[in-house]
Amino acid sequence: MPLFRPALRVLGGGALAGVLALTACAPGDNSTSSTPTASSPSAVSTDISALGDVELVVWDQEVRGSQNDALEALNAAFEDTYPNVTIKRTSQSTDDLKQQVTLALGGSDVPDVVQVNNARGDMGQFVSAGQLTDLTGYAEAYGWEDRFTDSVLSKVRYSSDATTFGDGNLYGLPQTGEIVGIFYSQSKLDDLGLEAPTSWDEYLTALDTAKEAGQQPMALGNLDKWPALHVFGPLQSNFVAADEIVALGMGNAGATWLDDGNTAAMEQFETWGSEGYFGSSPNGTDYDAAWTAFTKGTGVFLPGGSWLATDMEAVMGDDLHFITLAGLDGQVATTGGTGIPFSIPAKAENPDVAAAYLDFITSDEAMTMIADNGGMPVNDTAELAPADGVQNDIFTAFATVSETGTLLPYLDYATPTFSDTAGQGLQEVLGGQRSAQQVLEAFEDDYSAFVGS
Amino acid sequence: MTTLPSSAPERRARTRPSAVAASRATPYLYLLPALVVYAAFMLYPLVQTANYSLYEWKGFGPATFVGAQNYLDLLSDRAFHAAIWHALVLVFFYAIAPTAVGLVLASVLRRGRVRGLGVFRALIFLPQVIALVVVAVAWRHIYATDGTLNSLLGALGIHSDIGWLGDADLALPAVGVIGFWLSTGLVMLILLAGMLRIPRELFEAARLDGASAVQEFFAVTLPSVRGEIATALVLTIIAALKTFDLVYMTTAGGPGTATTVPSYEVFNRAFNHKNVGSAAAVAVVLTVLVFLINAAVSRIGEERDR
Repeated sequence: MPLFRPALRVLGGGALAGVLALTACAPGDNSTSSTPTASSPSAVSTDISALGDVELVVWDQEVRGSQNDALEALNAAFEDTYPNVTIKRTSQSTDDLKQQVTLALGGSDVPDVVQVNNARGDMGQFVSAGQLTDLTGYAEAYGWEDRFTDSVLSKVRYSSDATTFGDGNLYGLPQTGEIVGIFYSQSKLDDLGLEAPTSWDEYLTALDTAKEAGQQPMALGNLDKWPALHVFGPLQSNFVAADEIVALGMGNAGATWLDDGNTAAMEQFETWGSEGYFGSSPNGTDYDAAWTAFTKGTGVFLPGGSWLATDMEAVMGDDLHFITLAGLDGQVATTGGTGIPFSIPAKAENPDVAAAYLDFITSDEAMTMIADNGGMPVNDTAELAPADGVQNDIFTAFATVSETGTLLPYLDYATPTFSDTAGQGLQEVLGGQRSAQQVLEAFEDDYSAFVGS
Repeated sequence: MTTLPSSAPERRARTRPSAVAASRATPYLYLLPALVVYAAFMLYPLVQTANYSLYEWKGFGPATFVGAQNYLDLLSDRAFHAAIWHALVLVFFYAIAPTAVGLVLASVLRRGRVRGLGVFRALIFLPQVIALVVVAVAWRHIYATDGTLNSLLGALGIHSDIGWLGDADLALPAVGVIGFWLSTGLVMLILLAGMLRIPRELFEAARLDGASAVQEFFAVTLPSVRGEIATALVLTIIAALKTFDLVYMTTAGGPGTATTVPSYEVFNRAFNHKNVGSAAAVAVVLTVLVFLINAAVSRIGEERDR
């Protein structure tokens, strides 16, 4: 059965061809490396009606119910306002779009508007490759700096070489907000004779009380690695100053994972894992299974993101509540941020129309439309909050954090590899495979290798 | 008279083919269309991947030629070593164990007049028909803390609240068991086909010599299906070494790095770390490894066949 002899010859031939090919071509497009497009206010046109017929190509990932409804309504309204513009929309899942964008931005056939994740691994890399338009000129022309809070805009600012994140040029505009906090069931607290916690001390005590009463204190499904980041992020704010977390989370120089605060936070997280505060096997539990179980009574608290509220409220109704707690500095600081921002590729055919579109879908009217459709707008959040229910808690919390507190970056924003490092590390601490100190060292290695380079 | 001149060239054509037909290149001309397609979709990407592995490249923007550096880095790359080791563990679950069990199942099915043989065969082959994504989602439910497996254990009186895919020591075997479930049916079918091909006289002769069922198995059945065993091993070892979807869908390489495999590393490096050069180097090493292991396996099968 000489299955592989001919194959060997073919492989030999292939290798030879490969060697010949190697001498010829380098991958990548070297021409884009040194030509970042910067738009200055003088070159900016805000008069879209005068531009003739334009087809605006928009790639987004707003496929979920409420967000899709809002964007469809906004697109229709934009076309009504500018009859000369036709929007060609392509909508796909977050992950699919992410893969597409990486490939598309390197080519020449780019969309006019595209949603690009804020993280260094995404937006940061594209900025350093000169593939996104600097929106600073448009921001001046349209007054975006007055419209958005600094805390929100900092999540879309990079220096033009992308070494600094959080400061510098503007590369996108978000439409919606997200915030990570702690959900709880009022009836569960009543059963345990507890009040809703208003500080970290009270929260930690409430967890102990729940544990002693034989309840599972918190629900967490961490099979997919990333959910633990949404537990550790807020917890970190109880031990570490907000500005240090921002530096660590945005991959900017001047902070360290190896100080006392971070050690205390990681050790707390380790204790929660080893003593079963998340049940017997958080690493073996599916994310969706965990919050579904929470709605049915497993767990007293659920650390998690605002995006879970709609589905959980459908089951739990008025029993569901959401809190955020003040961090070390006394101000509310919690993980959160913006929905994925809308950016304009450097090679976009119609940058002026694209900027007008960005302006339109983030206007005050747009914020109202987003709220009407059940989403959480990034601006005017407190005014647009529903009268009651868990969404009221969430809108109010987001407004407080983004206006007076600190919206801490998702920890995976930090470096191109941090999503992997953090996801793995937190799973290992939780499962007792590695100690808090070992994992912090891994975090520090990733962070310092990036900052140092 | 008039027929002669016309028939003469005809006869000549038969005896001496035209230059085109006589050319040794002609058979290859017929193969050319297929070769072009193969080269465009298989060889070219293969060569490109090998090419990328010599660069430091994010997948976009400029690339820096680094020669063999990506490969040298792999030598001391613990994540890569762990992934290779995990793949070898999966070879046991995907290939070796299914072949052993498949042999027993197939020889039982061959011997016995099993009622509803067709149904049994279809059931055992079923995993091959289901999309792997569906398989992964189903097994995630089976392995959950409140899943089917723990319920079954509970019914047997064993209390268990283990999240099988979340335990650092159990996750890899748990993924392996899914692979075992996937492979066994296929292996059994290949071996059964081989066994049904064995002349009945051989078994009759063995029985006349007073061989027991076990002796018959080792004397007649096993030697006769060596070729099939080699084929089954080649197929399942390839499946084990290039496992991606199952790991991606069940554990994403976790907990920590307990279930990473080389294919997952390729994906992770290319798309999450945006380190295409290193990803391509892992891909090339994996390809060579798959090739070598399978060349060895089929070589062994071949020699014993003689």
